[in-house]
Amino acid sequence: MTTVATDAPISAPGQARLRIAQVLFAAAVFLALGKGLLPDALIRLPEAWVLPFADWFNAVFNFIRDDLGLIHVTRALADGLEWFLDVTANLLYGKNRWPRLGPIPWTVIAATAAIVGYALNGWRLAALSGLTFVWISVMGQWQWAMETLSVILIAAPVSVLLGLVLGTLAWQSARFRAVLNPLLNVAQSLPHFAYMIPVVVFVGVGPKAGAIVTIIFSVPPMIRMTMLGLQKVPTEVIEAGHMAAATKWQMMRHVRLPTARTEILVGVNQVIMQCLAMVVLASFIGMPGLGQKLLQLLQALKIGRSFEIGITIVLLAIVLDRCSKAWAMKQPVHMEKGTHWAVRHRLLLIWAFATVVLWLLSLVFPVLHEIGRRDALSLAGPLDFAMDWVIATLDPVTQWLRWFLIVWVLIPLRDGMLWLPVSAVLVFLMAVGWSIGGRRSALICLAYFGLIALSGWWDRAMITVYTVTFSVFLATLIGFPLGIWGSYSERRAKTVLLVCDTLQTFPSFIYLIPVIMLFGVNDVAVVGAVVLFAAVPLIRYTIEGLRGVPGAQIEAADMSGATRRQTLWSVRLPLALPTIMVGVNQSVMFSLFMVIIAAFIGTQDLGQEMQRALSSSDAGKGLVLGLAVAFMGLMVDHLITAWATRRRKALGLG
Amino acid sequence: MTDAKPVISCRDVWKLFGPRPDAYLAGLDPAASFDSIRADGYVPAVRNVSLDIAKGEMLVIMGLSGSGKSTLVRCMSRLLDITGGVIEVEGQAIGDLSERELIDLRRNKMGMVFQSFGLLPHRTVLDNVAFPLEMRGQDIHTRRARAMEVIELVGLGGREDYFPRELSGGQQQRVGIARSLAIEPDIWFLDEPFSALDPLIRREMQDEFLRLQAMLGKTIVFITHDFDEALRLADRIAIMKDGAVEQIDRADRIVMEPATPYVAKFTEDIDKARVVHASALAMPVNGLSLSGEPVDGRKTISQLARVLVNDDRAILPVAGPDGALVGALDRQRALNVLLGEAQ
Repeated sequence: MTTVATDAPISAPGQARLRIAQVLFAAAVFLALGKGLLPDALIRLPEAWVLPFADWFNAVFNFIRDDLGLIHVTRALADGLEWFLDVTANLLYGKNRWPRLGPIPWTVIAATAAIVGYALNGWRLAALSGLTFVWISVMGQWQWAMETLSVILIAAPVSVLLGLVLGTLAWQSARFRAVLNPLLNVAQSLPHFAYMIPVVVFVGVGPKAGAIVTIIFSVPPMIRMTMLGLQKVPTEVIEAGHMAAATKWQMMRHVRLPTARTEILVGVNQVIMQCLAMVVLASFIGMPGLGQKLLQLLQALKIGRSFEIGITIVLLAIVLDRCSKAWAMKQPVHMEKGTHWAVRHRLLLIWAFATVVLWLLSLVFPVLHEIGRRDALSLAGPLDFAMDWVIATLDPVTQWLRWFLIVWVLIPLRDGMLWLPVSAVLVFLMAVGWSIGGRRSALICLAYFGLIALSGWWDRAMITVYTVTFSVFLATLIGFPLGIWGSYSERRAKTVLLVCDTLQTFPSFIYLIPVIMLFGVNDVAVVGAVVLFAAVPLIRYTIEGLRGVPGAQIEAADMSGATRRQTLWSVRLPLALPTIMVGVNQSVMFSLFMVIIAAFIGTQDLGQEMQRALSSSDAGKGLVLGLAVAFMGLMVDHLITAWATRRRKALGLG
Repeated sequence: MTDAKPVISCRDVWKLFGPRPDAYLAGLDPAASFDSIRADGYVPAVRNVSLDIAKGEMLVIMGLSGSGKSTLVRCMSRLLDITGGVIEVEGQAIGDLSERELIDLRRNKMGMVFQSFGLLPHRTVLDNVAFPLEMRGQDIHTRRARAMEVIELVGLGGREDYFPRELSGGQQQRVGIARSLAIEPDIWFLDEPFSALDPLIRREMQDEFLRLQAMLGKTIVFITHDFDEALRLADRIAIMKDGAVEQIDRADRIVMEPATPYVAKFTEDIDKARVVHASALAMPVNGLSLSGEPVDGRKTISQLARVLVNDDRAILPVAGPDGALVGALDRQRALNVLLGEAQ
């Protein structure tokens, strides 16, 4: 329990804190070893102590839904939303609804995407976005992709608008902020499924439910970024606005919001990426599109076809991410005076021209309008063949690995976790909390896990804990060395960071494809997916932490005659550790989300129960399970943040 | 400065930051020290300040960072509400103005230039300068024409379509100056306008500023922490410490007769000969016998150095701006200023 590094001066209260932590730790070990002597109540909470949180939640839900009549409100809202969804659905894939103009020929959409890409960041982005749509069409996935996009096209703007309004309100009123902030903390650590269940209860299933859950899921980052942007507007800019005698409304519209532009657009980027991740997952509640297709194909173990869809989702993710990021970074540039109108609006004219020409051409050549399933290409045959070959070649290795992991690691670990008495775990967590942040942290840890124990889902939660712990451990084994390797040269760092950035834009669902391919449907596949997903932030923050070490310190170490190894261990790593821990924090968060999503492969943890709650529309149970997951995440977040803040201060890193 | 009504007048002005400043000030002894107020958990940013600024005067407020000079100027423009006392602008107590009246006052009377420019990043130079006019509701043609005028005035003609980030620091501050002048304010606040610029540009901008002031003749409150800058620009200098004004006076008198030990320490390293004018050092004639060529009272001692060293008269006559005799200069005393007291 020596989380406080030895080189930091330990003050008297610090020593007292450590001593209490040691006592608690010893108590935890004692409780675990003496399990045989413990009364049953300390091993597992007796039934009578378990509180029916789910029933309470359901009572509240029912009251709001039926007695307060909220269901009519939500249904009305959903119907309103549906009208908008129908418009984009008509335009993109020709659903028979107003305005009955669609479907727009795929060539027009691809050209539009290319021109948008060009306008935002030049030729390379133009090629990427244009070709993505060509790929989608040629592979015969147009319909599904457009189903997915038609929801994003509505959900993203709605959630941006909501985020802007809520963010502005929160920025204005300290009281509102005080209520909103903890809510956002919980919301951002709730797994995806926890959002779906109440939506199913209030709205039902299908595209509009999918759109609503997408909106709710993607709002929090927008609220955060709006608040941040508005807070970051320099005082002098505000004062300049006051001295120019702007009214309140003028201040907001002409001074604050435009000055916060970059943060707000970063928020838009996050909204779009969250939307994509959620839309894909919303297939679980009957949302048609790429996600549903992927889910079906994965369940049927059609690896080649699901791989194709995976590529499409990944391409879409990259295009959406690059475009919105380019928009955020784009700064206004002035035109020479007297530039002709046609030159100023060159791209707009080109776009209009291309649209008209392609539309007319598509009337003559139907292939330019739509590529039917029959004409579409598919890589599935060769892909499956190649995959079969790879799997057959790797089979001895994966077989052995699977056997080894399951028999010698996973099952013993799981059994060990389940064997531990509740009291021992709680006391141990308190010891960790106390050693890091004193009594307050210890009580926070106790509260979070105590509530999980009281909810009656202890065993399921422990399985989640063991999967996450083991996965994050494996992820650090991969992430740290890769991060350290990547930090040694500017070029390497850039490349690795770019790969990490790209990997992070992928919807979590995608990570399941390769592991199912290699390991089939079992616990090892789950761990594999989680490890892949969780290693990315670790690599990222390790590189950023190490690259962020001030040059002067490294030069000082070099001049003291330190070898590379000595510099790494005694200078670079200690200074980078606070940043690296932020990566660990994110890694834990990502793992929790992934474990829950992986439930449909067949796990036995909280995620599995959540799937059941989803299929039986049990909102109360779903929420309890979701909160249990969120509490784990929040506890880790609290501990790591507290530690990193203190460490930064001790190191004078501000 | 006594006959004309002051443009800005501060009476016993206090600005406290803390949990309940009003209640705390009500029970506070006006002579309470900075440290005792700090010990009570309040920050006295402005402490019992009284001063008048006459029409067309340039008052430079000086002090180290944290001395309250920026806060004082923000109280004068009511970017901050004062805790106690009265600030009057042209006889009107600004604390009593409604939001509407305050907006009107700013739209017609006040301009301000900021240390880090405070430009709107998403607007071109032209739109930045036209911003106060736009807020005032002027139509696009009038405000663009007026903005172009001031842009030409500060020497940025041809750059009006640039965005702030495309300009150098000096150019950005020119935009800030142009913006503050767009509404033709009577009162001009400048909060360390040149501190963020490097020394050569700073010098250039000071010259530019003096040129503008010679043309426009505004009432100016100028903040700086650079004593040389204050000496170049000021009619009067106010030196602040811990929120209070230690001394407010003409530069010669601050150098020659510092009111407090702090001011003395502050001005210790200044080359007095470059600051003190002959007229300020002169004593009354009172029957002294004076002869020969008089020295120009408007010149500094250092400018008169050659005369002072070469002349052999003990007492020199001093002439005013119109050539009339205004006083007598003790040559030994002047030499002491020039060379330092004889040990």
